[in-house]
Amino acid sequence: MTEILDHPIIPDFGDAKAPAAAPTPSEGKTRLKPSDFASPTVATHGAAPSGFSGPRKMCFIASKGNLDMAYPALIMANAALGEGIETHIFFTFWGFDLVTERTMDDIKFTMLGNTAMHLPMAPKMPIWAGMGAIPGMTKMATKMMNQQLDDLEIPSIREMLDIIVASGGHLWGCKLSFDMNGLVMSDLYEGVEDVISAADFIELSEGAQIVFV
Amino acid sequence: MPRTRIEGGRVIDVNDEGFLTEYEQWDEDLARTLAGYAGIDELTDEHWKVLHFLRGDFPERKETATLRRASVVGGFPMKELFRLFPGKPAKKMSYIAGLPKPKGCV
Repeated sequence: MTEILDHPIIPDFGDAKAPAAAPTPSEGKTRLKPSDFASPTVATHGAAPSGFSGPRKMCFIASKGNLDMAYPALIMANAALGEGIETHIFFTFWGFDLVTERTMDDIKFTMLGNTAMHLPMAPKMPIWAGMGAIPGMTKMATKMMNQQLDDLEIPSIREMLDIIVASGGHLWGCKLSFDMNGLVMSDLYEGVEDVISAADFIELSEGAQIVFV
Repeated sequence: MPRTRIEGGRVIDVNDEGFLTEYEQWDEDLARTLAGYAGIDELTDEHWKVLHFLRGDFPERKETATLRRASVVGGFPMKELFRLFPGKPAKKMSYIAGLPKPKGCV
C-alpha cells in the first residue's frame, strides 16, 4: 500500500511571486504608455545583477508575416498569459501585417524557399521548394495549412489576437513599419495599444525575457 | 502516484504536481479545500459554473478543457476566467475541478 503523505501537494500557482499590480496610466493620461511598463527598479549601470528576479515578464517580437511564422509568437504569448506572466507583443516589419486590418485575415504560407518542406504526414517525401513558384501553389499551400490549423482547433490570427487582448496581453506596433506602410491608426487592429519607436520598446521591455520570432 | 491527507483528514490520490488523479474522488467539499490551496477563499456561483462545465466536459474527451475551450464551448468570456481564477487560470481551474492540467497549447 502506498504511503500517505501528511500534507497536501499544491501545484506552483506562482502566487509567491505574483505579478506586480497592473500598471496604471501615467498621471493625467488615459492610455498606457510604454514607460508605464518599465520595471520600477533603479537602473544599475555597470553593476547589473546577474540572473533573474522579480515577477516574470515576457516580450515577443513578431517580425514575420507568413502564416507559419505568425503563430509561434501568438501561441507562446497566449501561453505566457495563461501562466500569469505580463506579456507584450511588438509587431515589426512583416509582422506588422498581422495587426493591419487589410492584411491580417489573408496571411499566406509559401513553400518557396523552405528547405524543410515536406508533406505533414510523409516527412520522408520531400517536396522541391521550387514548386512553390508554380502559379497557384501558394494559394493551395495556404489553404492546406489553414485546414490543418482548423482541424486542430487553432484559432485564426484575428481570434488569437482577440484572446490575447482579452487575457490582458499588450500589443504594440512598430513606428518605422507603420510609416513605411503609410498607415494611420484606424488601419490597425483595434487591440493595438499604440505605435511606438524602437527606443520605446527597449524601455518597456526592461526586465523582460525577450523572444524574437 | 502519491496519496495525500488534506484538511479534515481526508485522503486523496494525486499526481506528483498535486492534481487529483481519481475523477470519482471529487466533490464540492474537496473543491472548496483545493480552492483554498489555490488562493481562492470563496467559490461563488460563477466559479461553480466553470467547475461544473469542466467536470462535465472531461469524461468524454478524457482531456481537460483549455481556457479557449471553456470560453468557446462553455461560453465563459476569457476575461471572466482570468478574474475568477487569477494568475494561472487554466491550472487553477483544473486543480480545483479535480482534473488533470490541460495539455492543449491553445
